[in-house]
Amino acid sequence: MRVLMLGWEFPPIYSGGLGTACFGLTKGLSHHNVHVTFVMPTGPSNVKGEYVNLMVADKIYKNKKITIRKVQSILVPYLTSQAYDQELSLLMKKDEGSKTLYGRDLFDEVYKYSQRIKLLASTEEFDIIHAHDWMTYQAGIKAKEISGKPLVLHIHATEFDRTGGHNLNQYVYDIERMGFHKADRILAVSNYTKNMVVRHYGVSPDKVEVVHNAVEFKESPDYKINTTDKLVLFLGRITLQKGPDYFLEAAKKVFDMDPSIKFMFAGSGDMEPRMIERAAELGISNNVLFAGFLKGEDVNRAYHMADVYVMPSVSEPFGITPLEAMKSGTPVIISRQSGVSEVISHVLKVDFWDVEDIANKILAVVHYRTLNNELKHHGSLEVKKFSWDIPAEKCLKVYQELIR
Amino acid sequence: MKICLYFQVHQPYRLANYKVFDIGNHSNYFDEKNNKEIMQKVAKKCYIPTNKLLLKLINTYGDKFKIAFSVTGVALEQFEKYAPEVLDLFKQLADTGNVEFLSETYYHSLSYIYSKEEFKSQVLKHANKIKSLFGQDPKIFRNTELIFNNELANFVEGMGYKGILTEGADHILGWRSPNYTYKAKTTNDLKLLLKNYKLSDDIAFRFSQHSWEEHPLTVEKFVNWVKESPGETINLFMDYETFGEHQWKDTGIFEFLEKLPEELLKEGIEFVNPKDLLVHEPKDELDIHNFVSWADVERDLSAWLGNKIQVSAIEELYKLEKKVKESGDPKLLEDWRKLSTSDHFYYMCTKWFNDGDVHKYFNPYDSPYEAFITYINILNDVAKRIGSKEQIIAPITESPSQTI
Repeated sequence: MRVLMLGWEFPPIYSGGLGTACFGLTKGLSHHNVHVTFVMPTGPSNVKGEYVNLMVADKIYKNKKITIRKVQSILVPYLTSQAYDQELSLLMKKDEGSKTLYGRDLFDEVYKYSQRIKLLASTEEFDIIHAHDWMTYQAGIKAKEISGKPLVLHIHATEFDRTGGHNLNQYVYDIERMGFHKADRILAVSNYTKNMVVRHYGVSPDKVEVVHNAVEFKESPDYKINTTDKLVLFLGRITLQKGPDYFLEAAKKVFDMDPSIKFMFAGSGDMEPRMIERAAELGISNNVLFAGFLKGEDVNRAYHMADVYVMPSVSEPFGITPLEAMKSGTPVIISRQSGVSEVISHVLKVDFWDVEDIANKILAVVHYRTLNNELKHHGSLEVKKFSWDIPAEKCLKVYQELIR
Repeated sequence: MKICLYFQVHQPYRLANYKVFDIGNHSNYFDEKNNKEIMQKVAKKCYIPTNKLLLKLINTYGDKFKIAFSVTGVALEQFEKYAPEVLDLFKQLADTGNVEFLSETYYHSLSYIYSKEEFKSQVLKHANKIKSLFGQDPKIFRNTELIFNNELANFVEGMGYKGILTEGADHILGWRSPNYTYKAKTTNDLKLLLKNYKLSDDIAFRFSQHSWEEHPLTVEKFVNWVKESPGETINLFMDYETFGEHQWKDTGIFEFLEKLPEELLKEGIEFVNPKDLLVHEPKDELDIHNFVSWADVERDLSAWLGNKIQVSAIEELYKLEKKVKESGDPKLLEDWRKLSTSDHFYYMCTKWFNDGDVHKYFNPYDSPYEAFITYINILNDVAKRIGSKEQIIAPITESPSQTI
């Protein structure tokens, strides 16, 4: 089986959440004798994938050495709400004068990517096309038109998740919608996302297959951090989608009951200044720490330091961070408005808007020792069941159905 | 061959969504609205139609048709409050003289395991209630969920009981048949009546199970199985809610029950009450060291005391016993006793994450952890009412085993 896979990022290049998922999936597929050619829009010419034949779309035409540029934030599907709005409004006013290498226009970039795929689609040998998130949908449709091969679209996030349902970008929505209707099959990372697609894009539920993400962990050192302070952790972008404001309001309620408990924001984002301000308004500035964006081992350290990790996302198609926290033996509280809540049990679940319940559960985990220990113990066991082989098998089944 | 039919009737007082912020503010622990709704729903689907049917059967067959009930005190209270018609029908059943009422703990509790004194009080309270409502002095005891062992047998015999019901589990019977009367080894003469779990569960659990090879279960088929069974008496013990609630009306369960006596009597099979079996010579002595029960495949205590949160919750409850009783506050004692009902611990069971969905069906909570948090919050309020300054479960800082 040969798959032409269209993505936007792939480790080690621009590895965000989407890239990590693509990496895991292709690794899982490689265990099933599936040969994947993974095409990214841009990157260095000497890229090599461990499990895939990695290609960079702009090298199909050019052979010129190009330095790696940070892809504009707008190109990343998971970005800040405010930055997203700003970028969009900037892009809408077309800047005629400046002609950069790729054009500042995201949509232009997305279009170029789809044009470059044309050549690939007529020369490469493959049985199926598999495209990840809206930036690659047009390219996927082109590839399908040229090759006549079935098209699978994989949804990691929709425009509704990114914007919280407000101020949707019509252009992005239209691309998504057209993609969903032209695709032969759609994969969604959760039932939550599937429902979103069925409800907001008019897609038949029969067409959508749920393929939950997995996670694979490298062994990391078991940090022994001695701290007498009880710490509640928020880790992620400080943006509307992630619900930092609900975290902070819950913190205030916890503080009123037990002022010895501390809160930490690990991450950055457009809502950060507002959160700092709000903490002061609530009179809890001394209990709320802003650690900034954490990388690499610092992330693991933060999980180990925390007595409980809270993910109060407003809309989370999947959400891998709770699994990382559980792996570190940290109890977690997660929003029910998330895909990951469908596949884990040994956690506490809340509605993101129910600030009182979030506070109730934070206090329970911090104060009730047995509960803390049970969540720790069962959580770290439960998280071991995740493997990319499972979603890979589901993909393979879909491929086989379509080719038959 | 004889048939002994016994039905268990129980409804717990389910807890309100009691948050940490409620501690010290109010002591309304029970969800009156929900309890009322459930009681009235089950009354309509099960208690009323089944009681009426049994009255009709007694009218038709006279002394040839007999049944036994064990109705918990908390169920009786809720009949009085929310469904007086049900209680009326039970009284009519008692008046026929063909219906035996058994003895158990008023609160359907696990008190025997944690406090013999409390166990005795609850059994007495229940016996008084039965006497006042139905005019009977029960001679036969059934412990919560048929929990039993040698020591309990001795204790119950010491209280004056002549017989006791328990599960005819394979691991206590070995090669023996449950269809005889036995004697508990360590007692003078306490008769053991064992549930024939195969034939009982054919009705209670498998009646409408399409995957069961014997489905559909006809009266003829069932009567044949009874006829072919070895021994003296078949004890069919089950939850009363089997009729109309666990097995819905449209499964034909009422028709089955209606037709069963006629077909059994035709074959010369006689109906008896548990007290009629006391005259039987014991077939053998049974020596049961570990607790046995009728729950789940394990037939042990793991449904209520199988994990650490369950054990810690129940231990904390009984730690408060002395002070609650010393307080002389009847409302406080009643609240505390309602909290001893075994269902609260059943809701904290984590076994169903892996297998049985029975737990899930009867569980008003999203997760066992939610059940625990609510319960411990309430215990903290009880502790406040008895003047304790200490929080029930010490903060995790005091745990020396914490490794992070």
